[in-house]
Amino acid sequence: MSDFDRSGDTDLGADADSADSDPFGDAGPAIRLDDVSLSLGGHSILDSVSVDVGEGTFVGLIGPNGAGKTTLLRTLNGALAPDEGSVRVVGEDVHALSSKAASRLVATVPQTTSVTFDFPVRDVVEMGRTPHRGRFDGWRERDTAAVDDAMRRTAVESLADRPVTEVSGGERQRVLIARALAQETPVLLLDEPTASLDINHQVRTLELVSDLVADGTTAVAAIHDLNLAAHYCDALVLLSGGRILSAGDPAAVLSEEHLREAFDAEAVVSRHPVTGSVYVTALPPSSDDANGRVHVVGGGGTGARALHLLSAAGYALSAGALNEGDTDAEAARRVGADLVTVPPYSPVDDAARAAVESRVEAADVTVVADVEVGDGNLANLDAAAEADRLVLVEERPFSERNYAGDEGFAVYERLRERGTIVEPGDLLSVVGELACDSFRERDDGADGTRDGETGPGDADAGANDAEPTHDDAGGDDTAADLFSD
Amino acid sequence: MSVRTRATTWSLGLSGLLLLVVVVSAGIGAVTIPPRTVAAILADAVPVPVGVSLGGATVLPLVGPVPTPTLEFVSPFAFSVPRPARIIVLSVRLPRILLAALVGFALATAGTVMQGFFRNPMADPSIVGVSSGAAVGAVATIVLSLSIPFGLEGAAFVSAVVTAFVVYLLASENGRTPVATLLLAGVAIQTFLGAVISFLLLQSGESLRQVVFWLMGHLAGATWSEVGMLALVLPLPFVVLLVHARDLNVLLLGEEDAHALGIEVERTKQLLLATASVVTAAAVSVSGVIGFVGLVVPHMLRLLVGPDHRVLLPASALAGASFLVATDTVARSGGAEIPVGVVTAAVGAPFFLYLLRTREVRSP
Repeated sequence: MSDFDRSGDTDLGADADSADSDPFGDAGPAIRLDDVSLSLGGHSILDSVSVDVGEGTFVGLIGPNGAGKTTLLRTLNGALAPDEGSVRVVGEDVHALSSKAASRLVATVPQTTSVTFDFPVRDVVEMGRTPHRGRFDGWRERDTAAVDDAMRRTAVESLADRPVTEVSGGERQRVLIARALAQETPVLLLDEPTASLDINHQVRTLELVSDLVADGTTAVAAIHDLNLAAHYCDALVLLSGGRILSAGDPAAVLSEEHLREAFDAEAVVSRHPVTGSVYVTALPPSSDDANGRVHVVGGGGTGARALHLLSAAGYALSAGALNEGDTDAEAARRVGADLVTVPPYSPVDDAARAAVESRVEAADVTVVADVEVGDGNLANLDAAAEADRLVLVEERPFSERNYAGDEGFAVYERLRERGTIVEPGDLLSVVGELACDSFRERDDGADGTRDGETGPGDADAGANDAEPTHDDAGGDDTAADLFSD
Repeated sequence: MSVRTRATTWSLGLSGLLLLVVVVSAGIGAVTIPPRTVAAILADAVPVPVGVSLGGATVLPLVGPVPTPTLEFVSPFAFSVPRPARIIVLSVRLPRILLAALVGFALATAGTVMQGFFRNPMADPSIVGVSSGAAVGAVATIVLSLSIPFGLEGAAFVSAVVTAFVVYLLASENGRTPVATLLLAGVAIQTFLGAVISFLLLQSGESLRQVVFWLMGHLAGATWSEVGMLALVLPLPFVVLLVHARDLNVLLLGEEDAHALGIEVERTKQLLLATASVVTAAAVSVSGVIGFVGLVVPHMLRLLVGPDHRVLLPASALAGASFLVATDTVARSGGAEIPVGVVTAAVGAPFFLYLLRTREVRSP
């Protein structure tokens, strides 16, 4: 917990001293929340939230349901007054202003709008001019210009005369953004702008917001999709239980440790192979290894099937070593396997080999898939040869997939001597049989050791420190390293 | 076409329709008078100021005698119209017709505002208990033979406004008045007041017939003084509502959005609710409970002119006036006088069902 507090302070916290070193740029903060606390109906929703957002920044507000994201947005636009602390937007205390004056500083794109009366789209956008018009003012050139511009930027001009009740969800979202743009405010708030949109419209919406931010608007968006948030936002604020758990660079905020703390979920954080953004994959609740622990040696997609089968059968899995980005590495992540990786195109080095050996040792059964063997991954097979119980899946003769020459044949021959050779269809039953043997052996040995040895948490924690390439390695450090390029 | 142009066009068109309905209606009755004659009588009755004469003198303290300016009126036309027809139209039919027009105008205005306020096309002017409140005041006055200033209408008006205020207070907490709570508080109070009215009915004895007639909604026996009273009360709240038409539009997007667009939501809601309640109370206190005008007319007009209150509000008000004049004409032209509330419901309900089945009434 103290860890998170610290990261909160250094990154974004608005403590008097750290606020000076504004992480978001030279200009004064567009938004400054100072120690904001808020209770609704006796429940504390926001608890001492302090954050500065610099001008022209796109900040993503993430966190589990009920973390206070929407409440924070409503506090920012003045709809809710905090019990303690203050909210300043471009230097003005939002809650001291009239609703009209506040609406000239902050525009809000709501999550859902119950537009039940069929106003034409253009009329809805024109309502965005409300804060700029006096009660008896006529419609001015400036208003027309603002509305035209907003509709052009959001590409809703062609919908101008359509009733807003009859446009699609994605179009309506753009109409609401246009309405907010017509307000011509320095700050734009968006509450779940991508919820209920298809993937194409999610991306288009966030691209649009990014463009606006590039033009100097400051945007704060509550976003459920962590990966979209990581890709589009300049900074993230992770809320949990009404507090800021972490804030700052997406790569630093989205650490596995933070995600576990905030969402109570196991997740793997990696780099997306195409976009290079931080990429979060949620894992199914980690299975206890009631059925035993299996290590899978695969690569190039040959191990994926075994990983899925064994995972479905309830085995605790480890896999590797695999190149980052390998199909099997992705498969291993999906099933929550304890994965050893090496960088793309790199051979299995000594550290990785040691990591593989420790997993093979911890495993009840080691499975070697129908993998193509070269100099780079020969170490995997060598390590597997140490396994107590070994299964080889063979679909092709080894000669067809050996690129490691005589050395390869030698190592594989050792495996064949020690292991059981199976066809893919027989894998489960053979592994099951061997795992039972393993249990019996252990029970005969010493009662209770099994829990101590193979409890997934313990095993992970012990192994991680030694291996920088391992995926679970301490959140912030890894993230920072990854981000430096 | 700009909003202003559309509002003007619809208002002028519907004013013309109202005039036409009034003229036709004034000709219908026990004695049929041709529309031409009615038009002549009405034209004659309109006084036109032609000048100011400084006749006479008023003695003011300190200043002394001051000549008093007096407007001189002249009826520009001198159509020859039979005297009985003139009396029938001007003294018998016209007060009732104008009262119907004013009541219809008021109920449709209040209905439009309430439907926008509650974002619910099923809302009607008495949704916050105004009509029940007026009924309790009126029935109590009749049954208990109370004698109070401004009589029956005064009692009805005051109890109507008080009821709306009580409902508002019941639904408010911490300076906020959730619309849903307001609706439920209104239903609860209406039910309670219904019990009070039933109890009073049991005690009513000989005045039962009078009470029932009042409750059904009526325009019979309308007098010029009632017309004058309503004509005096209505313009100010109507203008207030018209000025807030744009705010009402934004409120339709939802309170959260309205706030984000710079509307002082609670203050605007208070103002709209109070004004619409006064308008309803004024109408109900002179005419009793006339249903369906405030529900069907705004709805119909929304289908015709769209949801923008800057157009809808005046259009709906004028259409409501025409609608009630027309239905009251039906109510009084039969063999026996039927309470107009019965006619509006009989005409309005089937029409509403027709809309419901064919035009896809949009619900929130």
